[in-house]
Amino acid sequence: MKILVAVKRVVDYNVKVRLKPDGSDVDIAGAKMGINPFDENAIEEALRLKERGHVSEVVAVTLGMAACQDVLRHALAMGADRAILVETDVLLQPLGIARLLKAVVEREQPDLIILGKQAIDDDAGQTGQMLAALLGVGQGTFISAVDVHEGEVHVTREVDGGTETLALRLPAVVTADLRLNEPRYVKLPNLMMAKKKPIQTYQAVDFGIDASPHLKQLTVANPPTRKPGIKLDSVQELVEKLRTEKKVIG
Amino acid sequence: MSVLILAEHDGHTLKQATYRAVTAAQHWQLPVHVLVAGHTTAAIAQEAAAIQGVAQVIQVDAAVLAHPLAEDIADLLVRAGGDHTVILAAHTAFGKNVLPRVAALLDVAMLSDVVTIVGPKTYVRPIYAGSIYATVESIDALQVLTIRASSFAAASVSPGNAAPIVMMDVSTTTAHVRWLGQVHNVSERPELASARVVVSGGRSLGSAEKFQVVLAPLAEKLDAALGATRAAVDAGFAPNDIQVGQTGTVVAPELYIAVGISGAVQHTAGMKDSKVIVAINHDADAAIFQVSDYYLVADLFETVPALTEALG
Ligand SMILES: Cc1cc2nc3c(=O)[nH]c(=O)nc-3n(C[C@H](O)[C@H](O)[C@H](O)COP(=O)(O)OP(=O)(O)OC[C@H]3O[C@@H](n4cnc5c(N)ncnc54)[C@H](O)[C@@H]3O)c2cc1C
Ligand SMILES: Nc1ncnc2c1ncn2[C@@H]1O[C@H](COP(=O)(O)O)[C@@H](O)[C@H]1O
Repeated sequence: MKILVAVKRVVDYNVKVRLKPDGSDVDIAGAKMGINPFDENAIEEALRLKERGHVSEVVAVTLGMAACQDVLRHALAMGADRAILVETDVLLQPLGIARLLKAVVEREQPDLIILGKQAIDDDAGQTGQMLAALLGVGQGTFISAVDVHEGEVHVTREVDGGTETLALRLPAVVTADLRLNEPRYVKLPNLMMAKKKPIQTYQAVDFGIDASPHLKQLTVANPPTRKPGIKLDSVQELVEKLRTEKKVIG
Repeated sequence: MSVLILAEHDGHTLKQATYRAVTAAQHWQLPVHVLVAGHTTAAIAQEAAAIQGVAQVIQVDAAVLAHPLAEDIADLLVRAGGDHTVILAAHTAFGKNVLPRVAALLDVAMLSDVVTIVGPKTYVRPIYAGSIYATVESIDALQVLTIRASSFAAASVSPGNAAPIVMMDVSTTTAHVRWLGQVHNVSERPELASARVVVSGGRSLGSAEKFQVVLAPLAEKLDAALGATRAAVDAGFAPNDIQVGQTGTVVAPELYIAVGISGAVQHTAGMKDSKVIVAINHDADAAIFQVSDYYLVADLFETVPALTEALG
């Protein structure tokens, strides 16, 4: 069995993202970048399935600028066997990404495709479901467990109110939740070694696929802020405020 | 020209998020249709037909839909969606699973977690864990979106309203996926997403037992739902479906009480629209205080029982 994992390069989750002065976009120049946290879970799970003997090859793929190579190096350092960069300077959105990933899937013919459940920059949470639709295969989103069976995988999904278990016939698309696993720590020697591994590069334009954006970002702004809080000295004072001032308790 | 809403229900009644989606749908000033899919859905279809602002209910009833799969629901929406200008659902686990699939099948982009509908194709939605709000315009003729339920009021029920209910068949069902089972986390507390009061705890509670012993009596007194940070969930103190935040549930209750929570943006993304926020933390510099209306710099293990007591 072969697994394809899609990884995205995003602003590190600890960075406080700023706006450009004209409010047209966020200013991420110079911001610390890294692999989308959920995609790290996706790679980890693929590696664990390989270590359990279910998988012969783990291939990582990313779409974007040449600089996105660094997240592929990270995936290789974790233990991925191969890495593919689909290079483009064009702004990508989930539908375009899903279309390009479909082309990669057609070339690579993986049995299982793992994505993150959500990219922490656009917070869209769409690409996996879109890819499954375009491929005409089953989807298992927000998964916290996966097991390999004959010709299918069984996945546990995190849903409102509990969990759900599905059997997905292969090939299938699944999206990783944070609780799927604890990603391994990348050791420096592995990172050094990963720097030497080749990265297969395609130019997105050569795919002849329309991946142009359907959504135009008009402006960005900071969300409404709250007034600074009032420090209270006692529980009695708090009860009083909630009861008589805010009237939120009886 | 109409708006199609994917209804969400638990097999007996509609989720409150669906009532909120109906309010969001009014922005287009087009007839609003609601798709109710499931098994033995007659009562639910009637419930939907009585919501103010609903012009038609499309009911799909089949045993195979008792545990709806994204593949089948997406196909139903595509079939029902023919002359609709907008396909809309709440941004819940159910909506998030289905709508991107629908958008891709219909070859259009999708907007997730919309907090404001500015114009017929223009929306505000949070990005970067809610630290930025982007205004986005779609170029597609058909709009597919999920809305953040807590940003819209619930539509009211008018017993006089009885929108026509039309039946739709299930044509084929997916051969790719089989439903195997589910686990429901049983709780005596109200549903997190729609509770009027939420009491949330962090890693500092220390154990699953203390999480309950300390927080449950307060939640009970306030008829509140329990919530948790990801750190508390990861530590096994609370079930994952009560995680509040960027990657959990977004809530905006009348009153949110944050107990021993540091206030990471990933957490505040999911609660900072609450009407009144109270924080209890023994660190005078805790970030959570910046989004709170009132805060106590105090030890939670003394303060929470005292607060429970003071509520009488
Ligand atoms: C991709 C990603 C997604 C994430 N999504 C979410 C999400 O959806 N929701 C979420 O919550 N987090 C999320 N996180 C995690 C988030 O970044 C924080 O790590 C988490 O919210 C911290 O939880 P906490 O406040 O319980 O723990 P801590 O940050 O450890 O804070 C504990 C707090 O308790 C206080 N305290 C300790 N003891 C006491 C006491 N006796 N009395 C009073 N106060 C006390 C401390 O002063 C401290 O402020 C995400 C992280 C990542 C990387
Ligand atoms: N540019 C990209 N390259 C590769 N994978 C991506 C890219 N963008 C998104 N993905 C995948 O799609 C998932 C969900 O992203 P999103 O739909 O944008 O929230 C991510 O976690 C990745 O696995």
